[in-house]
Amino acid sequence: MNSTVALLLCGPAAFLATTIMAAGASRLAAATRLVYGATLVISAVLLATAAGHLAGNPGEASATLPLGLPWTGARFRLDGLSAFFLVVVNLGGTITSLYGLGYGRHESLPHRVLPFYPAFLAGMNLVVLANDAFSFLLSWEFMSLASWALVMAHHRDEANRRAGYIYLVMASFGTMALLLAFGLLAGPAGTYAFDAMRTAHPGPFAAGAVLVLMLLGAGSKAGLVPLHAWLPLAHPAAPSHVSALMSGIMTKVAIYGFVRVVFDLLGEPAWWSGVAVLLIGGVTAVLGILHALMEKDLKRLLAYSTIENIGVIFASLGLALAFKANGMPSAAALAFTAALFHVLNHSFFKSLLFFGAGAVLTATGERDMEKLGGLIHRLPVTSFVFLIGCVSISALPPFNGFASEWLVFQAILRSPELPQWGLKVIVPAVGGMLALSAALAAACFVKAFGITFLGRARSAAVERAHEVDRWSLAAMAVLAAFCLLAGILPGFVIDSLSTVTLPLVGERMPVQMAQPWLSIVPIAESRSSYNGLLVFVFITISASLAAFFIHRFASHALRRDIAWGCGFPDAVPAGQYTAVSFAQPIRRVFGGFAFRSRETVDMPAPGALEPARLKVEMHDVAWEIFYQPITGAIDFATERLNHLQFLTIRRYLTLVFLYLVILLLVLALWP
Amino acid sequence: MNGLTFDIAHLLAGSLVLISFMMLYQDRLFALINVFALHAVVLALSVAWQAYIQDAHHLYITAAIALVFKAIVIPVGLHRIIQRLGIHRDIETAVGIGPTMLAGIGLVTLSMVLMLRVTPEADPLAREDLAFALSIILLGLLVMVTRRNAVSQVVGFMSLENGLVLAATGAKGMPLVVEISVAFSILIAFIVIGVFLFRIRERFDSVDIGALDDYRGERR
Repeated sequence: MNSTVALLLCGPAAFLATTIMAAGASRLAAATRLVYGATLVISAVLLATAAGHLAGNPGEASATLPLGLPWTGARFRLDGLSAFFLVVVNLGGTITSLYGLGYGRHESLPHRVLPFYPAFLAGMNLVVLANDAFSFLLSWEFMSLASWALVMAHHRDEANRRAGYIYLVMASFGTMALLLAFGLLAGPAGTYAFDAMRTAHPGPFAAGAVLVLMLLGAGSKAGLVPLHAWLPLAHPAAPSHVSALMSGIMTKVAIYGFVRVVFDLLGEPAWWSGVAVLLIGGVTAVLGILHALMEKDLKRLLAYSTIENIGVIFASLGLALAFKANGMPSAAALAFTAALFHVLNHSFFKSLLFFGAGAVLTATGERDMEKLGGLIHRLPVTSFVFLIGCVSISALPPFNGFASEWLVFQAILRSPELPQWGLKVIVPAVGGMLALSAALAAACFVKAFGITFLGRARSAAVERAHEVDRWSLAAMAVLAAFCLLAGILPGFVIDSLSTVTLPLVGERMPVQMAQPWLSIVPIAESRSSYNGLLVFVFITISASLAAFFIHRFASHALRRDIAWGCGFPDAVPAGQYTAVSFAQPIRRVFGGFAFRSRETVDMPAPGALEPARLKVEMHDVAWEIFYQPITGAIDFATERLNHLQFLTIRRYLTLVFLYLVILLLVLALWP
Repeated sequence: MNGLTFDIAHLLAGSLVLISFMMLYQDRLFALINVFALHAVVLALSVAWQAYIQDAHHLYITAAIALVFKAIVIPVGLHRIIQRLGIHRDIETAVGIGPTMLAGIGLVTLSMVLMLRVTPEADPLAREDLAFALSIILLGLLVMVTRRNAVSQVVGFMSLENGLVLAATGAKGMPLVVEISVAFSILIAFIVIGVFLFRIRERFDSVDIGALDDYRGERR
């Protein structure tokens, strides 16, 4: 057994030991500190190990433990891909534990959170390390159940119970799809080890079925439309640091599952598999961000925005599949690197934003943006780091979101070289959808930041708010620094990813750190290049100059306003722009098809005293098209089958007997 | 395999099927139990014949178990139960005798067609035995389905077990352990169901399982 893998396997074991300890000690006052401290240390060790493997030795290492199924054991393996995802998981785990040290103290029910938190981290680590279908599915289910328990932490709330129920149903559905996919990959011989699946290439029909099942299984966990319904309910229901883990990290583990099967185990892809993934990714991105724009609950807005980012990542993965199928490994490497880069970036800024939402929740007790506002005066540090998160997720330079999305678009611009006409048409169309979603994301986060932190306080709770504790601020500051660093040093990340892309798509991106002045040149100097550092320096200098000039000249200038106006156009905070009013123009444009929204204005007759009302009706189309018919059918069938529960003993015997006879008849008549 | 041994084995297995048919049209409990005892005797003969022609001495033990328990102990026990319950005058069949017999013929046909189709390469004796055994199992199930009285359902269940024993002994090389376990399972089932019958009786003053349904407030 390799020592690195042994060390990495000790991590989940240590997490589970922490779980047991937390279950015993969760009612003690020091438990919060103890548990988050332990997970912080364990995650940091795992992070260092995985990062060392990724940076130093790109080889593979595996281990078999005598656990799990008899005579097969549990196989684990560490290669470039799992090392990268281990870095993502444990970086998230480390910083979330840091945040939890402070945030966890405000938890009203620590005994419902502390035991499951290390278990959740252990599950995610094991999924990434698993090297056979059995251990993969077991760890996957473990991860799902631990996160479900965290969603149900505050189960007295009716909405949380519903979220937990829907999450549980969708998680079991997804695991069933994964189980079937692995069954197809294992073939009639039933070889559940990934090493055996890698060498056995299934036929085109089976490969297509596996792709669809993986889109269902991993996609439902990641939040692809239309399987996303549980995500905006469950992610915000958990405590905020767990929301950050679920949204920022667990969705990435789902992407790991998809990449592991579709890029690694399935062999050479067919070109249409890229089309399917691309289209689903594009639709997911646009619908996710449109939903986010309509949302006024801060955490649900962030959850919907996760769906958008997952869409971007899947579109990029689909592009990599299309390039790989057509024998264009350099373009495939570009698209694949862009996807992985975005995975890393999204884990940074989504965690940061959820931490910020958690800080707002701690300070004010409010998630509804319509009751916030003006927090920049009360929480200056939080609002600054939240702003960095918003700028990063809106893909604005010089932060990291821009670097990865720019790489995605560079890959899309190589689509004219593809031979199939279908792809030539679809890829630019998906590119348009991604561009639209990027623009909408910017609007969405202008709204999220503006309504929450700017303007004036909309409720008394905001006026009493205080800055949160130092642990939370430190965690957010570290993430904000990562967002900036990954934005101005993208070449470093791209070069680190080369060991991941090389075995999976057969090529790597050109070495970026050799470029002068930290530029990145994805294809060729003549086509495009980007220098985050230069943009950063330019923005810093120009913004400083602008600020200097404004303060120097504008602030001291004499201003006139109407008498008795107090400098405000309107004295009532409720008269400010609201989240809903900010989103109204976009709802008018897209609401018709995306939400089947309808506005009705109820204008009283002249002279009548009742107020005029504007009513907006919106539908969750995915819910109505996909989920309601299924739940309806299940209700109908259970209603019809209900009386089977109350038959006489003889009738039951008769049913069994008839069934046996029918089976025998089928056997006798089978040609 | 010479003709005579095959014919005798065939005759005994065929008689078991015939006796299963006889069970189908018995509408008195005592008669049903007597027919079941006959069933067990023929089973013991059949198993003993198998022991002789296969030269497998352990099968004699199986035959003895069948003879002692199924042909003597259990029928006598059931007689006493019926007398103690005072239900020996009951006439009970849920479905008419004509349709039941027709269904039985259909089941025997089905098992013949099925077994002869799926075992073309097997030893002819084992083939015949398996086909008859499946018929006996299905007929035993049919007895269970068409009766209302718990005692006759027990009898149907045990004739089903007889079919299993026949199938087990027809194939060569089945170890004794299996047969003993089968015999014991029947014994245990008999004891358990016997106790259960008295419990039902205590509770409802009847072993008509319809009473259970009435108790649950269900229509029949």
